[in-house]
Amino acid sequence: MRIEEHPILGKPEEKKVVGFIHDGIKLTGLEGEPIAVALEAAGVRIHRYTKKQHKPRGVFCAIGRCTDCVMVVDGKPNVRTCITPLKEGMIVQTQYGVAAMESTGEE
Amino acid sequence: MKKISNRSTNIGEFIPQPDDAIIICRCEEITKGEIRKAVHDGMYTLTEIRRYLRTGMGLCQGQTCGKLIKGIVAKELGVSPLDLEPAAARAPMRPIEMRVLGNEGKEAE
Amino acid sequence: MKRYDLIIVGAGPAGLSAAIEAAKKGLKVIVFDENAKPGGQLFKQIHKFFGSKEHKAKIRGYKIGEELLKEASEYGVKVVLNAIVIGLYLDKEVTVKIADEIRHYKGDAVIVATGASENMVTFDGWTLPGVIGAGAAQTMMNLHSIKPGNKVLMLGSGNVGLVVSFQLLQAGCEVAALVDAAPKVGGYGVHAAKVARCGVPFYLSHTIIKAEGEECVTGVTIGQVDKEWKVIPGTEKHFDVDTICLAVGLSPMSQLLKMAGCKMTDTPTGYIPECDETGATSIPGIFVAGDVSGIEEASSAMIEGRISGVAAAEYLGFISKEETDDKVKELEKALFSLREGMFAPENRGKVLEKTEEGIEISRSLLEKGYVEEGEIERFPGVTHGKGIHPVIECTQNIPCNPCQDACPKRCIRIGNKITSLPAIDETKECIGCGMCVASCSGQAIFLVDEQYETGFASITLPYEFLPLPEPGDKGIALDRSGKKVCDAEVVDVKSAKAFDQTHLLTMKVPAEMAMKARFFCSQGV
Repeated sequence: MRIEEHPILGKPEEKKVVGFIHDGIKLTGLEGEPIAVALEAAGVRIHRYTKKQHKPRGVFCAIGRCTDCVMVVDGKPNVRTCITPLKEGMIVQTQYGVAAMESTGEE
Repeated sequence: MKKISNRSTNIGEFIPQPDDAIIICRCEEITKGEIRKAVHDGMYTLTEIRRYLRTGMGLCQGQTCGKLIKGIVAKELGVSPLDLEPAAARAPMRPIEMRVLGNEGKEAE
Repeated sequence: MKRYDLIIVGAGPAGLSAAIEAAKKGLKVIVFDENAKPGGQLFKQIHKFFGSKEHKAKIRGYKIGEELLKEASEYGVKVVLNAIVIGLYLDKEVTVKIADEIRHYKGDAVIVATGASENMVTFDGWTLPGVIGAGAAQTMMNLHSIKPGNKVLMLGSGNVGLVVSFQLLQAGCEVAALVDAAPKVGGYGVHAAKVARCGVPFYLSHTIIKAEGEECVTGVTIGQVDKEWKVIPGTEKHFDVDTICLAVGLSPMSQLLKMAGCKMTDTPTGYIPECDETGATSIPGIFVAGDVSGIEEASSAMIEGRISGVAAAEYLGFISKEETDDKVKELEKALFSLREGMFAPENRGKVLEKTEEGIEISRSLLEKGYVEEGEIERFPGVTHGKGIHPVIECTQNIPCNPCQDACPKRCIRIGNKITSLPAIDETKECIGCGMCVASCSGQAIFLVDEQYETGFASITLPYEFLPLPEPGDKGIALDRSGKKVCDAEVVDVKSAKAFDQTHLLTMKVPAEMAMKARFFCSQGV
């Protein structure tokens, strides 16, 4: 949930609302904020499923180190959503292993 | 000779533990059990463990698991983590796409 | 390959400070930082810093960050952002990824100020979405204005765990519990006390057994540990939470130095370069500053940065040895005063029984996060004057003294040693201005008037939450442990620029609660 007003930091800087697509569904976020923040605001916590165990992962370090929050963004896999700024019209997809769609031929 | 460099030291049999299934290397999904077993397979250094299991060689390059693995290996060998040589640090320090790594900048401004 | 007098890796408090000092001496400096914004972790620090004036005490971290950036730009320091240093070599060549290119730079001197990374612990379910680092929580709420979760369990009672817990409360999250496997609170008692009085229960000697949930965290089970850190069966406790926050220490990010070939040493607190007091490593011309050379905090990182900046200037012949020695000596004095007291590096891991003044330390503070009523009276800041007077619940020797300067009537005495406990000079009269309350970085000062009205006392406390109560509001008073002790009515709320977002809330409580009630809550807890 977004913080409307913070006791120390006051009201957040106003940013333009932009639309983006997450797994085929249209969501909105604030321009320039990390994709992960827009997703958290929309209640999306699962960013990817791992390759071997197919386990869900989400934001862990939020500063671009741990790479757990990677997703497929505009067709490109392994994009660290916690440090990638949101842009109008971005297509953000849950990453399965290293791709957007769950591969079936594996194992 | 230091215990870690003496490969003939008897460190005992691999005994399964209840938390062996816990993921340690989050990127490559390597478990505690796999790491402990690797030590019993003769991998006494962090570099060997890395090459054997790919721990710390995934997307994040060992940012999270480095210290954890060191602790597990040290415990298995019965030494202090301070006795283990940290894994090699080499460029590139951060994950980077090959096309970027190969893209030498012209004269930097 | 572009040449610079000095290349600095990391634009956090240490790197920026180093850049400023070096630029002042005329060096051509460039700073690389991998992040989109400079300042390192400073902009996530919304609490007031400790120390004394020279350490920028009582100024909030993010404002110190703003000051540093301003100073850096005044001296013409060039900061390149989104610039990832991927290599550092013996001859001080630095390779940097900028945009889609690799660029090569050569520094006559290099200062590595890469800071630290968070340690992690493992438990069943620790990879579930909803398990995050404390740094992640800070980043989300203080930089991006989003709650990392609604109901959070914090693991770690060091200063990071305590400070972030309080910040979570300020952001409007609920903190279900603060857990640490150690038997004692690791961070400053004043940080613990301000979290405890908001009603957050502390579970020392406890660890996380399991993060619950299939797809995301839906709960957590903790359990008590014995001396061998093994969970004692039957002690399991469950909490419904959506977020688990890990604050289990930091490790220096020293890999670049190892790569360069600096002599390294492995210590229980991290793998660090061997260096002298100016940060000079075993490779001439390569210096270190800040957490990369050993974990401390931002205040000391800034001084270390300044020292290494000066040392680099001397190394390159920009200033004389004499000038360097004088400056370094002055900076070291400031640095050493931060390294004194109970939390000094040499006291790490030690169990201290008494303060420097010989007063027995509160056991309850270490075990539960707050000082018990029966213990508080023995500290020199706690007195029972007539009329309004400060009650200073500062019970550990920490390097901090803004309260002494804040009082216009000189009621508060710390002396020259900034780690001494503040004492009340009862010969001086308190005018109830509240400057001490607002200036205390630990939020440990209260103004108490035991005879406010017949049968009632007033208590003025620091308040940093929203919504801000108004005079006339009725609610409940909580004691130091966060338990309701009585009904309370707000009689005054003061806000002033000089208080810097710390509001002074005065509540009226029954007279016998004067030394019990320490927090106001509008709704029931």
